[in-house]
Amino acid sequence: MSKPLKIKLHVNGVARELVIEPRVTLLDALREHLNLTGSKKGCDQGQCGACTVHVDGERVLACLTLAAQVEGREITTVEGLTPDGAELHPVQAAFLKHDAFQCGYCTPGQIMSAVACIREGHASSDAEIREYMSGNLCRCGAYPHIVAAVREAREALS
Amino acid sequence: MRDFTYARAASVEDARRLAQQSGAMLLAGGTTLLDLAKCGVARPDHVVDITHLKGLDAIEVTREGAHLGALAKMSHVADDKAIRAEFPAVSEALWQAASAQLRNMATIGGNLMQRTRCAYFRDPNSFAACNKRQPGSGCAARGGITRNHAVLGTSSSCIATNPGDLAVALVAFDAIVHLGDRKVPVDDFFLLPGATPDREQAIEPGEVITAVSIPASAAARRSTYLKVRDRQSYEFAAASAAVGLDLEADGRTIRDIRVALGGVATKPWRAHAVEKALKGKTLEPETVMRASLLAMEGAIAQGDNHYKIDLAPRVIARAILKVGGLA
Ligand SMILES: Cc1cc2nc3c(=O)[nH]c(=O)nc-3n(C[C@H](O)[C@H](O)[C@H](O)COP(=O)(O)OP(=O)(O)OC[C@H]3O[C@@H](n4cnc5c(N)ncnc54)[C@H](O)[C@@H]3O)c2cc1C
Ligand code: SF4
Ligand code: FES
Ligand code: FES
Repeated sequence: MSKPLKIKLHVNGVARELVIEPRVTLLDALREHLNLTGSKKGCDQGQCGACTVHVDGERVLACLTLAAQVEGREITTVEGLTPDGAELHPVQAAFLKHDAFQCGYCTPGQIMSAVACIREGHASSDAEIREYMSGNLCRCGAYPHIVAAVREAREALS
Repeated sequence: MRDFTYARAASVEDARRLAQQSGAMLLAGGTTLLDLAKCGVARPDHVVDITHLKGLDAIEVTREGAHLGALAKMSHVADDKAIRAEFPAVSEALWQAASAQLRNMATIGGNLMQRTRCAYFRDPNSFAACNKRQPGSGCAARGGITRNHAVLGTSSSCIATNPGDLAVALVAFDAIVHLGDRKVPVDDFFLLPGATPDREQAIEPGEVITAVSIPASAAARRSTYLKVRDRQSYEFAAASAAVGLDLEADGRTIRDIRVALGGVATKPWRAHAVEKALKGKTLEPETVMRASLLAMEGAIAQGDNHYKIDLAPRVIARAILKVGGLA
């Protein structure tokens, strides 16, 4: 086996040291090593978006990112969207209000994606929201409510 | 994923040196490499991370054309104002590819190196035969489900489609792939499968793509990328076309036209016959439709993919008429 790597990750504003095999993905590092289980493993293959997190403020898939690769970058997970104990992020509040989920498994990924989508300026119409949220699949089919939630959060954040 | 070592390249020179080790693979966005490593198709012993290299992510547009650093992200190029103005087909090919998350990870260099989505290629546990994965082992796709396979540029050893979108626009506008000092026209960079489908790009072990450049042209400025697929978003092309048009002062005589096809061929496919048939002609629907049919000369259907032979010329024609303001 390859020599384990000692790396430092900046997650949600905190520097965390960990010792991992080189092949460990950011998703497994978060879930298995740092006990941050908000990011979900749907497909583990870059197809569903359940593992969406932000790296240096941009949404990416944690399952296709090596943990070692993002050393020194700022990582934000759904747990770090608002400071500890703070109220819900406007996107989270909009998801609750619009019932934008059923089982909830895709939801952390949807929320991280939506926050970035609005920040990028890619949420100007329902059609644009659908296009730029298409990397987040929802097996429960909550799509119309998700679009409504993103639309409302866009207004709240503008 | 199998075990591998991880090293971070300190310079392009360092990346070349590390990539020469046997079993080494460069890691950029990781969206092809890690995906294929998880499928058991890519089996790197050493992963060489180039994402920390400085200065390789530039996006520059001058009067001569565009210069895209190999580490520029798909999303950043797609949203770049100057790219959208001077090379709309490039921007459109990028934002219609993959998903927002994948485009924030995936790089221009890695994009040219993506592999086919042939389901048999991607599933070594179920299908031993694949000449692209294992030269000489056969082709499980023949006689299988071939809805997404190629109708142009196939060989007896492989019928897999090149799935990329960006490369189609690059082929239409004569882009150049920079491997350090070595420069390769993008059309020569992609290889036909022939008897060696395992070799898809004209790149040697230890070579690193450093940039892609696209010469400015009137046709590139008036261009579009039309992608037709099974789903409206987040899906590979069933057939796509990158088209650029330059009209004479009369507004209807075609001075220059570029046409390239995606989703239907074993490499990004320049449709020279269509261009030749339309140069100097008047832009009107009947002429355009007739000329577009020429793109399918020599096409061979493989069972389930016959629809592509009907679909592709219509996609070309619609793209030309759209960019010409007639549709
Ligand atoms: C679910 C999904 C959907 C997708 N949909 C589309 C789509 O609709 N259209 C489309 O065009 N693409 C699509 N893609 C493919 C995607 O665009 C590619 O995976 C991506 O562009 C690869 O870039 P990367 O930087 O992530 O490459 P990596 O995965 O890092 O690298 C890919 C390969 O290129 C090599 N490499 C990387 N950089 C260099 C370099 N500078 N020089 C030499 N070699 C290099 C690596 O060693 C590796 O072999 C999709 C991918 C996924 C997972
Ligand atoms: S079509 Fe090509 S990639 Fe697909 S199974 Fe046959 S040889 Fe392999
Ligand atoms: S778990 Fe990462 S995309 Fe599905
Ligand atoms: S709420 Fe169940 S998968 Fe989206």
